[in-house]
Amino acid sequence: MTIARPIFYLLLVAYIVAAPFLFPDYRTQLATLWLMIIVALTWDMTGGQMGYNSLGNIFFYGTGMYVCAVIGIGIAHPIAEYTNAAGGGIYKFTDTQYFLGVFLGIIGAGVFCSICAVIIGYFTFSLRGPYFAIGTLGVAIAAGELVSNWDWVGGGQGIALPVYPGDLDNGKIFFYAMFAVTGVILFLFLKWMYKTRFGAAINAIRDDEEKAEAMGIHTLRYKLTTWAIAAFFVGVVGGISAYQLIHFEPLETAYQTINLGIFMVVCVLLGGKGTLWGPVIGAIMFQVFKEVTWNYFLGWQWVALGALIVVTVVYFQDGLMGWLKVVKPEWFGIRVEKTDDGSAA
Amino acid sequence: MTTIIEVNNVSKSFGGVVANKDISLSVQKGSITGLIGPNGSGKTTMFNSIVGYHPIDSGSIKFEDKEISKMMVPEIARLGLLRTFQQTRIYGEMNCVENMLISQPHRKMSLRDAFNKNTKADYERADQMLEFVGLYEKRFLQSGSLSFGQQKLLEFAMALMNEPTCLLLDEPTAGINPTLINGLIDRLRRANSEFGITLFIIEHNMRVIMNMADHIYCLAHGEMLAEGKPEDIQSDQRVIDAYLGAH
Repeated sequence: MTIARPIFYLLLVAYIVAAPFLFPDYRTQLATLWLMIIVALTWDMTGGQMGYNSLGNIFFYGTGMYVCAVIGIGIAHPIAEYTNAAGGGIYKFTDTQYFLGVFLGIIGAGVFCSICAVIIGYFTFSLRGPYFAIGTLGVAIAAGELVSNWDWVGGGQGIALPVYPGDLDNGKIFFYAMFAVTGVILFLFLKWMYKTRFGAAINAIRDDEEKAEAMGIHTLRYKLTTWAIAAFFVGVVGGISAYQLIHFEPLETAYQTINLGIFMVVCVLLGGKGTLWGPVIGAIMFQVFKEVTWNYFLGWQWVALGALIVVTVVYFQDGLMGWLKVVKPEWFGIRVEKTDDGSAA
Repeated sequence: MTTIIEVNNVSKSFGGVVANKDISLSVQKGSITGLIGPNGSGKTTMFNSIVGYHPIDSGSIKFEDKEISKMMVPEIARLGLLRTFQQTRIYGEMNCVENMLISQPHRKMSLRDAFNKNTKADYERADQMLEFVGLYEKRFLQSGSLSFGQQKLLEFAMALMNEPTCLLLDEPTAGINPTLINGLIDRLRRANSEFGITLFIIEHNMRVIMNMADHIYCLAHGEMLAEGKPEDIQSDQRVIDAYLGAH
């Protein structure tokens, strides 16, 4: 075990680096897989580790896209003029402007989404259980509608961003690398964070928030911090997605509540809530399932996906890791009090 | 002796039910004070009012001369006034040590501190406290799988871990195996004498409370019925009537 672990991580890193070159035809799908992993991991921070099931995390994805686009365009051209041209005018971006825009854009998107999370969380974290889910869903839907009526950012048409300068195949590798680096940073950060007192405190909030309050834990502060961190990463990948997709519009791409907004929850449920690896494994399972049905059952893909969601939610809520916890508790270091008949008390 | 909790003319109603009517009481620093009364006499409501679980209708509650009746639960807990629950509340999916580590006092912890791992000293303290309540052997077991009595002991240990100045205990001996009760009394006493924690205890077990408390308040029908030394309370006819249902 001691030697197996570093080797496992080494192989994993090697695979992450090599994947786009081993499967050159699947670069975009692999990038999307990273997107899934990241949104699943961030959803699990509140949904799995803290017990707050948000349906509104997609808000940060959409907002991240817009903030990133506005910054990325704004450093080179006036935004109203650019969006008003709706692709009709010619606006040139130099390489420096492009990469500076991407870099500043995704950082700005992350920071802006964090601030949004603190403000929205301040009002919605007084809601519990399904009410929190519906409340946050409302925020995401409302934001999509508002933005689609806001001409300055292109209204319902959305925004077209500059195309990657240079060879487009390199562009695919570039976006894969952006997602992969973000994902690895997020994973390492969470791996560390869940072991700190902070991680324990948000678990306490999940298990019994009233008790946590009665013990003097700064519940609101910790909830806001957790969501702000999650929002930062979702905002960042939103920004990367914006540049990767080149064009996006508000309702179907940015604030896509019924697609990515639900997919991230399903990923976590499939893999297992409240575990570090669960969302990663769930995202991989989900992405593979999605790509396979899209390719081989075209026309039925939404039915298959719906069936997967229903089966997961009804029969398999604890996911793969949750199931393993029951079957092999010793793998997770869980030990229970044995009673005389040998079963758990 | 100085007063640590001072409750003045506190009333609390739930709809038409008056749970607490014009109650005044005080708890001396370093003492063990008891709160008794028949079921439904408003003891837990009193506790809930003190720790800020719900707003009070009128009156004032002071903790170390600071008005706390308008404060929220976590704020009051951070002042060092802690309560345990009648229906034991622990984090059932974690093991005992994890439960203890979570219970460290967050009142001294900045957000930056929270992003540290627990130190060796924290682990040692957790082990010490578990040893103190007699759960050391079971420290790596999932706490939800412990017996009810053991969970109660764990909750008590968690409260101690939090280094409170004053601890409100809601029926600490309820559901505990009678053979373990003496051990628990001993530990409560030691928590009081060794750690200097003021104890305010709701208890139905008369033998326990008469043994431990320096001063006892008795509630009935939401009103203060009697107060005094344990021996006075024991012989008070009104208290006996209240318990036997003469009212």
